[in-house]
Amino acid sequence: MAMTENGMEGGHILIKCLEQAGIKHVFGLSGGAALPIFDALVATGTDMEFILVRHEQGAAHMADGYARATGKPACVLVTSGPGATNTLTGIMTAHMDSVPMIVVSGQQVTWMLGKDAFQEADIFGVTMPIVKHSYLVKETADIPRTVREAVHIATTGRPGPVLIDVPKNVSQGPFVGSMEPNLELPGYEVPELTDRESIHAIAEAFGNARRPVLLIGHGALIAGAHGEVRALAEKLHAPVTTTLLGKGAFPETHPLSLGMLGMHGTAYANKAVMECDLIMSVGSRFDDRIVGDPSKFCQNATKIHIDIDEGEIGKMIKPDLHCVADARMALEELVKHVGRLETEEWLATLDGYKERFPLKYRKQGGLKMQHVIDELYHLTGGRAIVSSDVGQHQMWAAQFYLTDHPDNWLSSGGAGSMGFGFPAAIGAQFGRPDDLVLAIVGDGGFQMTMCELATACIHKLPLKVIVLNNHYLGMVRQWQELFYDERESGVDLEGNPDFAKLAQSFGAMGLNLRRPGDVRKVLTRALEYNDGPVLINAEVEKADNVYPMIPSGQPLETMIIDRPTTKLAKPVGST
Amino acid sequence: MASGNGHVGSLMDERPVNTLSALVANKPGVLARIAQVFARRAYNIESLVVSPAHNGAYSRMTIGASGDPQGLDQIIKGVNKLVDVIHCFDHTFDRAVVQELALVKISCQSDQRTEALQICDHFDCSTEDLTEHSMILKCTGSSEKVDALLGMLEKFGVVEMIRTGKVVMARGGEVT
Repeated sequence: MAMTENGMEGGHILIKCLEQAGIKHVFGLSGGAALPIFDALVATGTDMEFILVRHEQGAAHMADGYARATGKPACVLVTSGPGATNTLTGIMTAHMDSVPMIVVSGQQVTWMLGKDAFQEADIFGVTMPIVKHSYLVKETADIPRTVREAVHIATTGRPGPVLIDVPKNVSQGPFVGSMEPNLELPGYEVPELTDRESIHAIAEAFGNARRPVLLIGHGALIAGAHGEVRALAEKLHAPVTTTLLGKGAFPETHPLSLGMLGMHGTAYANKAVMECDLIMSVGSRFDDRIVGDPSKFCQNATKIHIDIDEGEIGKMIKPDLHCVADARMALEELVKHVGRLETEEWLATLDGYKERFPLKYRKQGGLKMQHVIDELYHLTGGRAIVSSDVGQHQMWAAQFYLTDHPDNWLSSGGAGSMGFGFPAAIGAQFGRPDDLVLAIVGDGGFQMTMCELATACIHKLPLKVIVLNNHYLGMVRQWQELFYDERESGVDLEGNPDFAKLAQSFGAMGLNLRRPGDVRKVLTRALEYNDGPVLINAEVEKADNVYPMIPSGQPLETMIIDRPTTKLAKPVGST
Repeated sequence: MASGNGHVGSLMDERPVNTLSALVANKPGVLARIAQVFARRAYNIESLVVSPAHNGAYSRMTIGASGDPQGLDQIIKGVNKLVDVIHCFDHTFDRAVVQELALVKISCQSDQRTEALQICDHFDCSTEDLTEHSMILKCTGSSEKVDALLGMLEKFGVVEMIRTGKVVMARGGEVT
């Protein structure tokens, strides 16, 4: 086999290696320094499908949505300089949310590096803080090992994006070397569950708990631990709350589910965390959206942390007990050593909170985002893959589109990248062509990546894009209303296009939705159309607020359940 | 730490300097990745020694760094997490062999030379350069010894000074 590859161009080797590594889809945009690689996409007759995007940020978010929906990495292929830097937001988004991704960038020839050559950017240096690992390939012979290592690193342990920067003389040069190289990663270890003692200690701690809460994060989904989470919760008879990214790790329609916790989580999930005597996080990193003020978080509860990344242990919250392990392996072991707890009283208390503080909205008056999302949930039977953008609609989608299945909720959590939702939905649709995909986006974020309407139309993806259009950067406006004496600054999106007509101009179906009475009719029409993408421009109330809300950096006890009647102090925490 | 005198540089800062060792892949970019972990958490790298390890595929680093003590644990975990880092240990409080080397150029007229050479002799220093008006001393040993030497040389006028920072090696069967 090596005989045939020797002498082939580096770019051809690269494409073959990506294919060998199991990559099925490549999202990208061409350019000079990547010419040999793009040529190889055609010349090698690869089975990988290439999807041409309109902007490289879209390519990265597509690969991200693809990976979140399928658990498998896709490749982003771009050129040097601006092509590469345009992927930065997408790489950072994937890095923050532990999403596997292979980014291949073209680069200037090696002898011009550092000389400000045309379209030269030190992307290896620029991306260093936002990748799991990166490579600048100097020799054609190194390509097979680099690709193999990159895919291994991206997909194992705590996943993340890996960049491979390929100078043009490397992708154009003749290959001499082995196509079956060994990995050279002495510093990279994937944690195994070696520490069973810690799991037994955790099991023992549960024995004394009367008010336990399981806090389930993205790590549980990445590990495929949804079955184990459910087995554990049901065996313990313990309530479960998930993070924004953990949605789907435990069915939200399950009686033991408290829904999402945190800044805009359910009141009952947050109250459960405030009043619990034991909290166990599985694959969450005690993000600042969840803990508010870390020094006041669960002060009187036993805190347990299971995470595959040792760096997360003690970063935000110092746990009483912890275990560094894959979530599924850890829970498989834990479930064997626990029994049913006496939680009847606790669950009754929480059920009381569910009744007193339900998520709610009014269907009367102007059209509300919550109404559209709620109706989408019911019309689709909760079975769709939902890709959200970032902002108010994201929080309402998290609240009202309950997620019962793993890998069906795609949202930029850590990074909060506006512009994510629509291209991520495209990526998800490529990964799961037979599933219904909804992109629930705001008018602000959608305009950042809406050029990908072309991509969706070319491939006739049966996506439903729901633009919840309040002509505002609504979450920022909400903060300005609550904390800045209603002084609006930089939030009014006057000049929005006519989104329905815009969609039509790309060749998609474009619908408008203005009245609450039309919600079901318009959504049904969109859901019945599957010959290509459909966009619904929903003109919603301009100035609604998301509640519950815990002001950032504040203890959970400061939660506001409904519109406040008094003036609030500016939060000390971040955004 | 010895004198708080500004002449002897940031090693004299009041914040404790932690001594870390790292075994890393001998590849371009490794140092930048490690430096970023420290910088992001507002740690200052006070000293840094890098050299190829006995096996040339790896490099040994000894890093002296100061900052919020609560952040150090996370920094060590962050460095260990890097793919190119084999391991990183904290030797601040263990019994490792710790040495550093300093070169000190003092201004020294002929009538001061005898006293300077006495000091040099006491600290087991060598003179690496001698002119009518100056002298370069080389000192090796513990950081405290180097600090003490610098204190004694102040009165001559220290023209230039450079010290390697600590290099560290764990004793016996322990791993650096």
